[in-house]
Amino acid sequence: MQYEAIVIGVSSGGMNALKIIFAAMPAHFSIPMIIVQHVGAQSDGQWITLFNDKSQLEIKEADEKEKIKKGTIFIAPPNYHLLIEKDKTFSLTIDERVNYARPSIDVLFESAAEAYKNKLIGIVLTGANSDGAKGITRIQECGGLTIIQDPKTAESAYMPKAAIAAIEPNFIGSLDDIVTFLLKIEQQKR
Amino acid sequence: MRYKDTSDLEISLLLEAIYRKYGYDFREYSQAHIRRRILNRMALSGFEDIAQMQSMVLNDVPFASELLQDLSITVTEMFRDPAFYRSLREKVIPILKTYPFIKIWHAGCATGEEAYSMAILLQEEGLYERTTIYATDFNQLALNRAKEGIFSNKLIKEYTSNYQLSGGKESFSSYYTSHYDNVIMNQSLKKNIVWANHNLVTDSVFAEVHLILCRNVLIYFDQNLQNKVQTLFYNSLINGGILSLGSKESIRFTDYFEHYSELDLKQRIFKKKY
Repeated sequence: MQYEAIVIGVSSGGMNALKIIFAAMPAHFSIPMIIVQHVGAQSDGQWITLFNDKSQLEIKEADEKEKIKKGTIFIAPPNYHLLIEKDKTFSLTIDERVNYARPSIDVLFESAAEAYKNKLIGIVLTGANSDGAKGITRIQECGGLTIIQDPKTAESAYMPKAAIAAIEPNFIGSLDDIVTFLLKIEQQKR
Repeated sequence: MRYKDTSDLEISLLLEAIYRKYGYDFREYSQAHIRRRILNRMALSGFEDIAQMQSMVLNDVPFASELLQDLSITVTEMFRDPAFYRSLREKVIPILKTYPFIKIWHAGCATGEEAYSMAILLQEEGLYERTTIYATDFNQLALNRAKEGIFSNKLIKEYTSNYQLSGGKESFSSYYTSHYDNVIMNQSLKKNIVWANHNLVTDSVFAEVHLILCRNVLIYFDQNLQNKVQTLFYNSLINGGILSLGSKESIRFTDYFEHYSELDLKQRIFKKKY
């Protein structure tokens, strides 16, 4: 089984969680990661630049129509929903907020599930609302691999709890456990 | 073309049906977006599959117009992206001032908030009297609301903040009167706005203009359709005319990249070359 993409949904507590994941990813980690982190509409994306300096992988904001490429971490731009097309390019929309959020994790996950089917890994991390629960369900229905942060280890337990209430994931663990798990999966791939 | 996924084929047939019956063309919209909107409507209206919904679309006009509303995005704000309006004031207004009369096209104006924002800005810059704003959309219901110029007061706080951040010179409250839960925009703002039904996908050039604003519309289109609409814009602009796109939209991947210079790249303001 070759996984072609990882989608991650994260909300409050996300900056600390993403810092751990980004720092742990080796330069050869090739599966692209696509991330919705809930941020304010006026956020200038400065944090992406800061994270980029500390990561061995390229971290960038996802551009409209951009092709998803290996070894890259893409972040949804503030105030837009991020969707994945079947030709593995990005679309942006300004549709209504979903779960009070734009970008919404559900919107990314549901479109990613359609685009990648069983070649997708979905991850729900710390957060204080229930965005992502529907999306991770859709990923499971389409045969993808599902991972949820152990609520006991999350800065905000609400979002991982809501996801666990929705599905029985393939893997539950701390951020470190999740990193180890992803590295193992990527090893198998090669 | 062969379809691997049955629902992709059903969506494609549904869009074909809408186009042939009603003339609205969503066939070259971004597919992930269209799929999302259609599946939402299917769930809300309790259909079992897309084929069932297609039959309803063809035979029930009220349902068809409901679906059209779903497929037409009308999310907008007054002075959306204040930094963009600040740039308009600082970089575009001085260019517009050199013309004896000014024509502006707001393409895809939805419920009109940005057209009113423009009217306010032009009034403050002393240009409104010699300007015509063509505010167009294919969504007639949205246009009707735009014409009324009545907006919910729930958002006024945000709009006021946007206005101030954009470099507004007056008190924002001087541009509307409150009426129960709504605000009514001043009549004087509407004076030179021409509201018209125009479909970017199927209609053609209708005027030669000095400035086009089309923000967060092209993101819904696929590459091919984006190119077609860019042709329409290019042919509608005078030489030296200005094109303003949404903050995440670009002309880089279209055929027209070479034909514009950048007036403000960050705010996506481009100038048609002579």
